[in-house]
Amino acid sequence: MTGAEAAQVVLRLDRITKRFGALTANDAVSLDLRRGEVVALLGENGAGKTTLMNILFGQYTADEGRVEVMGCDLPPGNSRAALQAGVGMVHQHFTLVDNMTVLENVTLGTEPLWRWRSDQSAARARLAGLVRDFRLTVDPEARVGSLTVGERQRVEILKALYREARILILDEPTAVLTPQETVDLFATLRKAVAMGLSIVFISHKLHEVIDISDRVVVLRHGRVVAEMATADTDRHVLAAAMVGSEISAPKVAPGNPGAALLQLNDVSTPDRGNAPGLKRVTLALRAGQITGLAGVSGNGQAALADLIGGLCVPESGRLDLDGQVRGRWSPRLAVEYGIARIPEDRHKTGTIADFTLTENAILESYHKPPMSRSGWMNWGQAEAETQAIIKGYDVRCPGPDTRIRLLSGGNMQKLILGRVLEAAPRIILANQPVRGLDIGAVNYVHEQLLKARDRGAAVLLISEDLDEIMALSDVIHVMSEGRLSPEFARGTMKPADLGVWMAGHGFEQRSANAS
Amino acid sequence: MRLEPIANPGFARSTLPPVLAIAATVLVASLLAMLAGANPFAVLGLILKGAAGSKFALLETLNRATPLIFTGLAVAVAFRARFWNIGAEAQLYAGALMTIVLGTGALPWGAATLLPVLALAAMLAGALVLLVPAILKVRFGVDEVVTTLLFNFIFLLFISLLLEGPLKDPMGMGWPKSERIVAEARLPRIVEGLRLHWGFALALIAAGVVWVIERRTTLGYEMRAVGLNREAARFAGIPVNAVLIKTALLSGGLAALAGFSEVAGLKGSLTLDLSPGFGYTGIIVAMLALLNPLAVVAAALFVAGIFVGADSMSRAVGVPTYLANIMLATALLLMVLAILLTRFRVVRE
Repeated sequence: MTGAEAAQVVLRLDRITKRFGALTANDAVSLDLRRGEVVALLGENGAGKTTLMNILFGQYTADEGRVEVMGCDLPPGNSRAALQAGVGMVHQHFTLVDNMTVLENVTLGTEPLWRWRSDQSAARARLAGLVRDFRLTVDPEARVGSLTVGERQRVEILKALYREARILILDEPTAVLTPQETVDLFATLRKAVAMGLSIVFISHKLHEVIDISDRVVVLRHGRVVAEMATADTDRHVLAAAMVGSEISAPKVAPGNPGAALLQLNDVSTPDRGNAPGLKRVTLALRAGQITGLAGVSGNGQAALADLIGGLCVPESGRLDLDGQVRGRWSPRLAVEYGIARIPEDRHKTGTIADFTLTENAILESYHKPPMSRSGWMNWGQAEAETQAIIKGYDVRCPGPDTRIRLLSGGNMQKLILGRVLEAAPRIILANQPVRGLDIGAVNYVHEQLLKARDRGAAVLLISEDLDEIMALSDVIHVMSEGRLSPEFARGTMKPADLGVWMAGHGFEQRSANAS
Repeated sequence: MRLEPIANPGFARSTLPPVLAIAATVLVASLLAMLAGANPFAVLGLILKGAAGSKFALLETLNRATPLIFTGLAVAVAFRARFWNIGAEAQLYAGALMTIVLGTGALPWGAATLLPVLALAAMLAGALVLLVPAILKVRFGVDEVVTTLLFNFIFLLFISLLLEGPLKDPMGMGWPKSERIVAEARLPRIVEGLRLHWGFALALIAAGVVWVIERRTTLGYEMRAVGLNREAARFAGIPVNAVLIKTALLSGGLAALAGFSEVAGLKGSLTLDLSPGFGYTGIIVAMLALLNPLAVVAAALFVAGIFVGADSMSRAVGVPTYLANIMLATALLLMVLAILLTRFRVVRE
């Protein structure tokens, strides 16, 4: 019996330790994965989940410990060996070539680079088989650049399956998906497991972990703090293990709405490629109120965020602040007016990876006292400010001189929060503020938003997560193809009702009435 | 084999590769010297002696390094903001031209007034030359690599036109050469009797000023932010286009000082061979210095030393001076590789 059990272990991580300077990202982490099993790897931001999987996949070399696949040692730091051993990884940030087709992306790297002619029919047939077997619906001839996020993820999974992966590693796979896409993904994963694959599922979302996994391994500060069968546990136990103390969802008392601090009157903006611009949008953000903006990603939310954030101006219609019309408009004016902007992409737009924490903390305030005076930087003041943010917002880092690229997503987001909230803003534009964050960081961000609301700030919360929108918002709008739904008060709409609007229904009638 | 990024390179890892790059450069030079039929140790010894073996040699190296410090700084500043200024050569000639136009008797002032005015006028000329590509870039998205590079040839032909026409020295026996600048427009020597002019001191000061700008001013912070992540800089409210324009003005001004310093400190007049490619060599200097303005001084001395040393070696043993060009090219390529190795480790598959 013990022999049979041992044979079933397809992946074994043995006392993996990895240090980055003073930080120990993984501290003697061991993990077994059996055939046909889903193990969830659960942990806060910076707990070491992604590092561990990058070691398994050969992108980092462990300082100590070893990786064993199907009973054979995996040479350290070798992605190709990991691939050949049957390990497939679906990264949090996709690794696809936008201007190639799905088929080309899937076969990329599996065929010799230099040949006279390529025989795609065999590859196409195999891909079609995989698409059918795993119900990963996607057009093989479509260019990846034109696909939705959910479809791109399917391509990533197809890539791994095409390489005959026996072990699938999914890093935060649901962070970018709509609820329906998540359901589809889980159906695919169950199929894969039934066909004998094994899956490591990295997530922050407790209900998903409970939904999909057989076993849960909880990491905290780089160490395994708990390992249990999913059937024997529940959300509260897992949450407690993950953060070290029981977490309760914030109790959201109704807001106390005041005057409209920002108004859009019949505003349109130009379309950008596949992404629609705003289509005659009228919206008011009131003091002391969280306005939730629901909708499937890519339906004009980016245009709205850019407009309020100062990155673009209306093509027609008016943007009124405090009841006054502003003529000129720029990111700096937006900040000066008291708009705190939490950008959708904290890696690309929110921070400068090779800048230190200090340099990142003053990105919006460096040009005026006390950070600088007549063109001269006051680095002492900047560092003091950064220390205050690190303390006040619990940013875990070696120090203010650390390059921000070394921080986890959650700690990066906390620094951004500190940067924009320290100035006590009047309007907060939070665009996907908790995407990819763990439950501890999620609650932290939400508490900060609620605190700002209670202080009298007008908050615009843009999110694809309907639960988040419904939990926090005092009023909800839905956006679809650049059009904005009417305002719905808290509790008046069920998720299914909002889903109808998200799918683009209801708008026609309204515009008919308007005209 | 593949590369894996290193989070925190230690002291050994950040210093050893560049040292090895220099060593490998010397090795390549030795092999080539042997191919040319000379004793490699003698050749290297002669290069070293020719670059720094005597007071005369050392001063010659410092003189040669002076324009390279200016052009190296010009390139380093521009590249820091990811503004690819390949046109330091044209900006150098713009500075030289301004020095000739105003320094041949047009301004009847003493040296104490005239020299600063000439330097500032030269900087202005260089800045204006680079302003055109900068505006084309921010307004219309024209690639500055193309415009600045091609402008070098246009400007050199323009200088040629002037030297054959309005600026031609009537006493020049028909050579395409300008009049000499007046005595008050000459940069004096730092120590009387030694062939080293104040242009070198000005270059050192310029390096210090650029360092202070990059580390201590809002402009330097903006330049670095724009260079590292233009999208994040724009989002944060940094006026990206204005920063690029300011960077271009600074870069063009610095390159023009090389022209001013060569004319006012060394040559005294303008000819078409004023610069043997100082503008292009400035790119090598800046890259070797990793764009650090203080390291630009060291890199310029290294490059100048190799050129001056190779000249003298060539006269002594007859190995062609092209050895200097090969050494620099090798040093640059190996240094780029070495820099890669300070930030990544090679993992064998």
